[in-house]
Amino acid sequence: MKIAIASGKGGTGKTTVAVNLALAMGNAQLLDCDVEEPNCNLFLGFELEKYEDVTITIPELDPQKCTLCGRCVDFCQYNAVAKLPESIMFFPKLCHGCGGCALVCPEDAIMEKKRPIGRLEKGIDDRFNIELLQGTLDIGEPMASPVIKQLQTYIDQSTVAIIDSPPGTACPVIASVADMDFCLLVTEPTPFGLNDLSLAVEVIRQLDIPFGVVINRHGTGDGRVEEYCKKEKIPILMKIPYDREIAVLYSKGIPFVQEMPEWKENFRELCRNIHKFISYREVF
Amino acid sequence: MVFQITVISGKGGTGKTTVTSSFAALADDAVVADCDVDAADMHLILSPDTFETNDFYGLKVAHINKELCTNCGLCADHCRFDAIDPHNVVDTFKCEGCAVCEYICPEDAVQMIDKKAGEYYCSNTRFGPMVHAKLGIGEEASGKLVSCVRRRASGLAEENGKDMIIIDGPPGTGCSVIAAITGVDLVLIVTEPTISGIHDLERVVSVARHFNIDVMVCINKYDINSELSDSITEYCKKNGISIAGKIPYDKVTVEAMVEGKTVVEYSDHKLSSQIRSIWDEVVSSVK
Repeated sequence: MKIAIASGKGGTGKTTVAVNLALAMGNAQLLDCDVEEPNCNLFLGFELEKYEDVTITIPELDPQKCTLCGRCVDFCQYNAVAKLPESIMFFPKLCHGCGGCALVCPEDAIMEKKRPIGRLEKGIDDRFNIELLQGTLDIGEPMASPVIKQLQTYIDQSTVAIIDSPPGTACPVIASVADMDFCLLVTEPTPFGLNDLSLAVEVIRQLDIPFGVVINRHGTGDGRVEEYCKKEKIPILMKIPYDREIAVLYSKGIPFVQEMPEWKENFRELCRNIHKFISYREVF
Repeated sequence: MVFQITVISGKGGTGKTTVTSSFAALADDAVVADCDVDAADMHLILSPDTFETNDFYGLKVAHINKELCTNCGLCADHCRFDAIDPHNVVDTFKCEGCAVCEYICPEDAVQMIDKKAGEYYCSNTRFGPMVHAKLGIGEEASGKLVSCVRRRASGLAEENGKDMIIIDGPPGTGCSVIAAITGVDLVLIVTEPTISGIHDLERVVSVARHFNIDVMVCINKYDINSELSDSITEYCKKNGISIAGKIPYDKVTVEAMVEGKTVVEYSDHKLSSQIRSIWDEVVSSVK
């Protein structure tokens, strides 16, 4: 079972829900797909070991063969190739690695090579039997999606995989939540929370993934998020109250199920409910 | 000369938009640009009255003409984005518009078509002009849309004789953040005293420095963990980053948001004077 934890707005509590859910469940995989700002391990403190570089393919020119015909420049949709008076210049950070320039070159002057843009790390906790897989995008690199996609190839289908997604609604979010069995949208009961929740709902509906909402910091703001969910017939699967103790534990990097064990059962119940939704969908 | 300031945070939810919208209220002569294009919120506070709507075209997307297609599979073999399924149908979410399939198709069955990927708007607000946008769901080119918003904001600044552009940036460190900070005069990072806040602050400082942009830091909700606030201060000192100010945690920020107001309009609270002094620091550092 693959569960994505997402939200339109940042800072609503995705990582909190992902980490606490994993700890409450045990025997789970946790994938930190927020590769621009991976934070799960700040709460887990696992010893991480790098196991793979993430690379994308970029072109390399053989100047001996190049006749400066400029076909590669004309073909590139990303403006990643430019023609200078005496050479061809590549802009690796604009390159999407499609291989088009090498394909169109009539002189076979373009080779491809790998360029690292991020890394994958892994950590295991024997007590709870949790495997953390974390992707990190290198500083100054623009493209998060290849890191997310490569990380997701390590999802273990035989267990529960919890995916901590990046905020927003753009391509890194799609890369994280597409192909999931269920998506939990974490929001807060504020106007910003509501606005960004409704954007996230549009995304998840287009991807046709069953989903439900977790309201974090319940008790602040107003009731408009709940009214919205009611109107849209979206199940609210959990409410986490605004609680100073939870906020302080969060600031220190302590998952609150560890200090407030009564919440473990709440998260297990959440998981059972998700399971029901998925089975219900499979039946009908 | 038009000065440009971008407010970012690395981590989401630290209070970027709360700070930026107050800056919009405090600035005399600024254009506001909401560059958090895939989860834009500033309009909820500034209630823009839109006078210009522009379509945004991102990357093209492949379309396979079934009548010409012989199912040879060459396009799928060459697609690096896994965007063509075994029935030769293009997954528009996965297609990155590279046009390799169009080139390789022996039957000329593939055509690259324009796809509207969002809109961007010019509006009037009670504080002056604003440029904002809406990115289509799951679109690829968020960085490109950020650049469109910034270009239009520069145009508006020139047309209206404004000397400053205040940019609300997106969370993260990737393409849209890079597009929101390149070439600006100052990046103000709003952080919070949590271990996630600090971790993300450090990453986003590295991004700004990677592009040689001056950085200042503002610590929001500084009193929720004073020990970690001290660590942030220390980190900034060690790295030669000046701190523009600190804002206490206060539920006034949420109350103001619920009312659709900026914090500085909503109350004469201590909070407002803190934000004012941060604004003064920011202005004096760029001008």
